[in-house]
Amino acid sequence: MSRIFIHGLGAVSPGGWNVENLRAAWKENVPLPVQDLPRPGWNKPLQVRNVPPPTSRPAFLAHPRLRRATAVAQYTVAAALEAIGGDAAQIQSGDLRLGIVVCALSGSVNYSRRFYEEVLREPATASPLIFPETVFNSAASHLGAFLGVNAINYTLVGDDGTFLQGLALAANWIAEEKVDACIVVGAEENDWIVSDAIQLFQRKTVHAAGAGAIYLKKNFSDSAAKLVAVTDSFSFTQKQSRVEAARKMRAQLPPCAGNELFSDEKVKTIFGEAFTASAAWRCVLACNAIRRNELSAANVEIVGINQQAIGARFVKAN
Amino acid sequence: MLFPSQKKTLGSNRVVVTGAGIVTALGTGWRTNADGFRAGKTAFRPVTLFDVSRQRAKIAAEIDLPENFPATQLSENNFKRLARASKMLLLAAHEAWAQSGWQSEENLPVVLGTTSGEMSLGETYLRQALELPPSQKNQPSRIRHYQVQQQGIDLCNAFGFDGNVTTISNACASGANAIGHAFELIRSGRAEKVLTGGYDALCQLTFAGFDSLQALSPNPCRPFDAQRAGLSLGEGAAILTLENFDSTRKRGAEILGEIIGYGATTDTHHLTQPHPEGNAAFAAMNAACASAKISPEQVNYVNAHGTATPQNDATEAAAINRWIANGASRNLFVSSTKASIGHLLGAAGAVEAAVCLMALREQFLPPQISVNEIDSAVRFQIVREPMEKKFEMALSNSFGFGGANASIIFRRWS
Repeated sequence: MSRIFIHGLGAVSPGGWNVENLRAAWKENVPLPVQDLPRPGWNKPLQVRNVPPPTSRPAFLAHPRLRRATAVAQYTVAAALEAIGGDAAQIQSGDLRLGIVVCALSGSVNYSRRFYEEVLREPATASPLIFPETVFNSAASHLGAFLGVNAINYTLVGDDGTFLQGLALAANWIAEEKVDACIVVGAEENDWIVSDAIQLFQRKTVHAAGAGAIYLKKNFSDSAAKLVAVTDSFSFTQKQSRVEAARKMRAQLPPCAGNELFSDEKVKTIFGEAFTASAAWRCVLACNAIRRNELSAANVEIVGINQQAIGARFVKAN
Repeated sequence: MLFPSQKKTLGSNRVVVTGAGIVTALGTGWRTNADGFRAGKTAFRPVTLFDVSRQRAKIAAEIDLPENFPATQLSENNFKRLARASKMLLLAAHEAWAQSGWQSEENLPVVLGTTSGEMSLGETYLRQALELPPSQKNQPSRIRHYQVQQQGIDLCNAFGFDGNVTTISNACASGANAIGHAFELIRSGRAEKVLTGGYDALCQLTFAGFDSLQALSPNPCRPFDAQRAGLSLGEGAAILTLENFDSTRKRGAEILGEIIGYGATTDTHHLTQPHPEGNAAFAAMNAACASAKISPEQVNYVNAHGTATPQNDATEAAAINRWIANGASRNLFVSSTKASIGHLLGAAGAVEAAVCLMALREQFLPPQISVNEIDSAVRFQIVREPMEKKFEMALSNSFGFGGANASIIFRRWS
């Protein structure tokens, strides 16, 4: 029997900088407006869904580690802090051991692309300020530094299903008492190179940016949702087709009435394709609906873009 | 299920290594590498993979990939699409797989560590995307194979198994974190076997990045030398087949060594600079000892992270000094095998794990011959000459950008 409870949710999305904005856009069920993104060498711009500017400058940006951080790091920290809420002080004082898991597909791609363009122009003058931010784990590192967390901190890279791998990893860390609590974030940022790549495979897909976060703890709370299960991750291989992987994943989850509510198609139609962040938004929306007593249980089934089929089940904690 | 996990009902929670594959600039395979590390050979040469003419450093430990690769279950077309890092990974995995005697099966987890995967494909993609007139020729294939999850899937396809592919990207600790995570999967009973390791190939972005930080030495690196001038980059891969001891005993497989402890911590001091007193490094070594249920004095050899940057080596020396004061033997031997093959970034922790296994199994200490004058901060013995040595336990340190610190402890199998 699982004893892992979801104590907090966070989101940064094309809908805005918190879970309420995410939920409002999802409830409205209308695709959010797209923005033009110039693509070098093309007359016609690409179309993306950006995260709108925050209504006020987030206080965390004053932290020295975050002043020149990437967009993906800013989204990661914002979503994580919303999810952690009032526990931040306990974490910062060292009274609560926090594990950090950040999941990404394209990571800090904007700085990577910019840095490599600088290298192509003149390698001797490429910016040493940008390069360190290009590592996949820079966002997780900044989050850890902001919270003063010295415990275990992993960055997982993979397709959208990787967010659920991260949830399972976090739940196991807590169950095995490696940490007292864990924050799991899926985060992505926009750049023309990613939108350009998506167009090669899915012409109608609009790339989006943002992050979703889930905060897990062992303690019971009657306002919480509970993580009941994360299925195996069924990889798409020569021996196991995408269809077969999806079938096996679904066979590990009990039937659930509200599956279509948090479907991949609906979330991506409204917000766009944000890979691990999209997966995180679906989980955040599902847990949010459970916390509001709109549902007693929800499955999130992810048949990822090119790696895996994986699912999770959340129920009302009682 | 990944959670809650159905724990395997096995009598033992000991984690043993039944296969190890390694590719470095010293060569391909256990024998070539063991001989090279035992002798303290170095493998640096001018970079040929990309233009470095306008950079401060111009050398690295490049690998000569073989013309012929061992047969796998990958089709000829799929093999042709593999780029440099994937080929290194495949070579290392093939050696480990063959040594382990494993057969294709369902649900065999793969845990890999890398910093940049197939970044050279991403570089080519960007260069072509910026060209006029626009061309999309080969771009879809580059995108598919650039993504790190594809390299894990390629391993599944090459050896005909299915399993959960997890890729940890914790900068230069990635390989160590991957092996550590695999170790924990088996020790906790969540898996019986795991294919694990790390890989990274040289690429222009990373080379120019370290050069921009003035972290690269124009000459081969000299870890823990008082006059050290920075790191040298290398490339490579190492794969280990980890297995529960009972499972190994049942099938009568040969055991190469045992992993007994793993510690991972985070240094929040700075994105690229470690805490001057090495607090997180010290904590990682202690956490690994606690995980192994041993005291520091039982460790005989440390394969240091030892990048040869002024900050890393000073910090690591401070951490090891404190560790000695905390009970580690004053006769502790330390070396950084980056003096032979450079810094392999996401592959470093995995390759250095393989080196520890070689050293324990063949009872030698890998020297770093290039050191001239040992830094005054060092209060332990640096292995400077080839040395045969009877010893039982080795600890490998890996520290990365972002403050990812990991230590793994290995025990000789007798």
